[in-house]
Amino acid sequence: MRRFVPMLLAALAFMVAGCEKKTQPASPETETSKQTAQGQGGTAPATPPVADTPPTPASSDTLLLGVATSLTGGQATFGVSTRNGIELAIKEANDAGGVKGKKLAVRVYDDQGKPEEAAQAVTRLINQDKVVLILGDVASSNSLAMAEKAQAAGVPMITPSSTNPAVTEKGDFIFRVCFIDPFQGFVMAKFARENLKFSKAAVLQDNKSAYSIGLTDVFTRKFTEMGGKITGVESYSQGDTDYRAQLTAIKKAQPEAIYVPGYYSEVGVIARQARELGLKVPLLGGDGWDSEKLYELGGTAIQGSYFSNHYSPDNPEPRIQKFVADYKAAYGGVPDALAALAYDAANVAVDALKKAPDSSGKAIRDAIAQTKGFPGIAGAITLDEKRNAVKPAVVLKVGDGKSEYVTTVNP
Amino acid sequence: MPGVPPGLRGALPVLIALPVVVVFELLLAGSPFATYLLSIMGVNIILAVSLNIVNGMTGQFSIGHAGFMAVGAYVAGVLSLSLKEIALSFLPVAVSDQVFLLLVLLLGGVAAAVCGFVVGLPSLRLRGDYLAIVTLGFGEIIRVFVQNTEMFGRALGLSGIPQTAGLGMVGFWVFVVVLVARRLAGSSHGRSLWAIREDEVAAEAMGVDTTGYKVRAFVISSFFAGIAGGLFAHFVPIINPGSFTFVKSMEVVVMVVMGGLGSTTGAIVAAVFLTLLPEALRSAFAAMGAEGSLAQKVDQIRMPVYGLLLVALMLLRPQGLFGTKEIWEVLPRWLPRRRKGLA
Amino acid sequence: MAQLLQHLINGLASGTIYALVALGYTMVYGVLKLINFAHGDVMMVGVYMGYATAFALGKQAQKSLWGVVLIFLVAMGGCALLGFLIERFAYRPLREKPRLTALITAIGISFALSYGFQLDIGFLPGAAPRAFPEIIVPTEWLIIGDRDVVVWNWQVMSLLIAVGLMVGLQYLVFKTRFGRAMRAVSYDHRVAALMGIPTDRVIAVTFMIGSALAAGAGLLYAIKDTSVSPLMGLYVGLKAFVAAVIGGIGHVPGAVVGALMLGLVEEFVVGYAASTWRDAVAFGILIIVLIAKPGGLFGRVAAEKV
Repeated sequence: MRRFVPMLLAALAFMVAGCEKKTQPASPETETSKQTAQGQGGTAPATPPVADTPPTPASSDTLLLGVATSLTGGQATFGVSTRNGIELAIKEANDAGGVKGKKLAVRVYDDQGKPEEAAQAVTRLINQDKVVLILGDVASSNSLAMAEKAQAAGVPMITPSSTNPAVTEKGDFIFRVCFIDPFQGFVMAKFARENLKFSKAAVLQDNKSAYSIGLTDVFTRKFTEMGGKITGVESYSQGDTDYRAQLTAIKKAQPEAIYVPGYYSEVGVIARQARELGLKVPLLGGDGWDSEKLYELGGTAIQGSYFSNHYSPDNPEPRIQKFVADYKAAYGGVPDALAALAYDAANVAVDALKKAPDSSGKAIRDAIAQTKGFPGIAGAITLDEKRNAVKPAVVLKVGDGKSEYVTTVNP
Repeated sequence: MPGVPPGLRGALPVLIALPVVVVFELLLAGSPFATYLLSIMGVNIILAVSLNIVNGMTGQFSIGHAGFMAVGAYVAGVLSLSLKEIALSFLPVAVSDQVFLLLVLLLGGVAAAVCGFVVGLPSLRLRGDYLAIVTLGFGEIIRVFVQNTEMFGRALGLSGIPQTAGLGMVGFWVFVVVLVARRLAGSSHGRSLWAIREDEVAAEAMGVDTTGYKVRAFVISSFFAGIAGGLFAHFVPIINPGSFTFVKSMEVVVMVVMGGLGSTTGAIVAAVFLTLLPEALRSAFAAMGAEGSLAQKVDQIRMPVYGLLLVALMLLRPQGLFGTKEIWEVLPRWLPRRRKGLA
Repeated sequence: MAQLLQHLINGLASGTIYALVALGYTMVYGVLKLINFAHGDVMMVGVYMGYATAFALGKQAQKSLWGVVLIFLVAMGGCALLGFLIERFAYRPLREKPRLTALITAIGISFALSYGFQLDIGFLPGAAPRAFPEIIVPTEWLIIGDRDVVVWNWQVMSLLIAVGLMVGLQYLVFKTRFGRAMRAVSYDHRVAALMGIPTDRVIAVTFMIGSALAAGAGLLYAIKDTSVSPLMGLYVGLKAFVAAVIGGIGHVPGAVVGALMLGLVEEFVVGYAASTWRDAVAFGILIIVLIAKPGGLFGRVAAEKV
């Protein structure tokens, strides 16, 4: 024991002296090859080299797609919508003859809204079920976990509705078919300044949601850049039901609008309590509002407020109306933006599978990367060099039981 | 053991275990899913065995284990992120990574242990029921703290932590925690803990410094929870507060209670079983062809079933699987006996 | 000033609801020395029962006086029954066992209820939050300034109902024979049994009253905050329990004081300081109180006699 402390100090000194900077990994590709090298060293979680493709599934006349999404937990309705949208698209694709004569099948796992479960589900999908492509998730944290695993394994992944920019930065096998948070925050800031001509806005963000925080950051920056003034930023936690304290504080500064980039489950009640406290100003929000439940929870209080979204189910275009009708027939209820985006993501995947010369990961990935002007329900999809979709957003106004289209904001 | 120099005797089990776990990891190197699943299982085992020290051996009721796991995970994660670009020049990169991993794990564990001390000291002075609420509250405070701190990634979470925790490291720490738990149970220190569990007033009357022993057990348990969290952060691509909720604490409590409060092997068996159960059910449903809704419902039904399982266990078999005994004491009695004698 | 008044009203509103739930906790702890973790979830079940009744009555009837009374009665009666069943089948068999066993059972029931109600199989409602129907037509009763401070009819009614229930409970515990029996059981249930008090029945009725109060609190909560979900019980229950501990667990008026304090502090911290720390407030106060005055504000740390 007497010799323990000096030995420990000596060891530490040795380590500090020996520290050196590692060679910088230049890009995600190099990062993956570093992992591969470590894999051969046997001390890091071994990953198959990037060029390796998962062998085609046992029954060689079906192509298996993997889906991991949150079917339970707080945002269960989003996960369910996503799954429904994907299943509808796959069913239609199979009815139209499948891909190169093969049928498509989908394996869905619930990740309960937790990133470690998402990673586990994806690992299982890739290694046990041998899927050719991954679809999912809605929440960006889960998508980040999934993206890391998919990228390392060389399996392409398309996320239908994760809006955090970091997701596609994980690697060149990761794509998304929706716009990203920086754009959505900008949309509402522009709408508030230019269309509604507001100069003072307050923000009420959901502190438990990365999506909400991301939108708040962008909105506050852009709104001020455009000459507006943010009177204050308050927070609540997803699951709270009493927002009166925050709203009372907001009321004091007398904003002309309140930006509430949260989920429908809270926004409806926030609107009610705001009106109750005498706050008559409109609320502004993002695609997290999109759900039938918004009207039930918000009642008359939420009417007259605006939110940005990916599509409007009222769009008279026949393609969109057909999708709405088909979805209603299959699942009952008007499809929300998540279902539409999932439908689009699945169709992009099917399209890429058709165009790819073989079903290796790299080939499919290259095919997806070439998606340009793909006619999606939630807008035409063109993937830029960062593998994000460059699309316009629509702004909707909340009415009685449904929302009306107001305008489109282009990137 | 004769022939082994005394200084080495204590370290011998660890020295034997090290190559075993490394070999284990290499064997499974080709199967990422098995690796991932076993890593999760290892973390659960560490959590269960460490909680068993407090809930089982000492008879206290701590239901905030996930909070300490979170402390370990975030501290280790943040440290790893800052050390990401550095390596030790005289070692190959892979080994240097493991050395750094060990360092951040220890620091994370120590941070969690400090939290355990801060939380445990005031509440363990009082009646046992208070510990439950305080540990629960602690988990919540940690969550709110992380959500408000940019350095910890707030709600999105901390990603980009070098994924250096392989099965070797996880297996090593599983081994260490089991060793510590077994040694503790069999020592005089452990006997004091059992005494506190059986009758705290009598133990105090017998001269056992109950508060001191309780706090020590709590600190040890929190240390290992922090280790488990640190390991977790190094093989899961991203950690956010959603992974360390009250639900996670409850899952660990279910494992300990099911295995038997006070039985280390019981905790291990229960942890293994409850980790594999959802995956086994998924496979079962897939094999039965009933894909889709039933397999998905499995995860949903799991939680209320855990609740009912606890109730049923308490009503029918409160000692859990093994009670306070270990598997080798219980199993022989379950096996059919060979008749000796004149039969 | 107006903002302060509004915060005060908000804080009192949530404080009284916490108080009703805290009373149930404190009463059960008093007679059984058990923290009934499932209390908040029983409240949640009561709210859903009320929801179902309101739906069954239809939009017109649910707003009438007898409709509201019926909804309250169904919810409170249903919860009383649920409380009775839980006590009878889950807690009574464990009464002589170590306390840890009953605690674990309580947690198990809490889990089973809150997660069970998140499934959408059969009559179980599912995880998505729903809007509680408007059973009290909101009208503004007091407006100060240009809507600087607004007091609504249902806020006043909620306060009156809560206070009424509390006064009723106080009367029951201190002025009736049954109340005396309850207090006797809380001092020492074995000796009380020797004195001829039917302990099982007293405990069962205590549970039923506590659960009924919780259901009432839950309905008031649903009226106040509109959104009901299976997880609402967990958080409200936890905060109410903290309030009971702050006031001194087992001490009936203490629970009320603790709850009001908690409601007000939460409101002021969120309104004036950092709203992101709301959830940490309750537990922060708890830890401070436990360190400074371990028995709670009104309780005494009794020496345990062997």
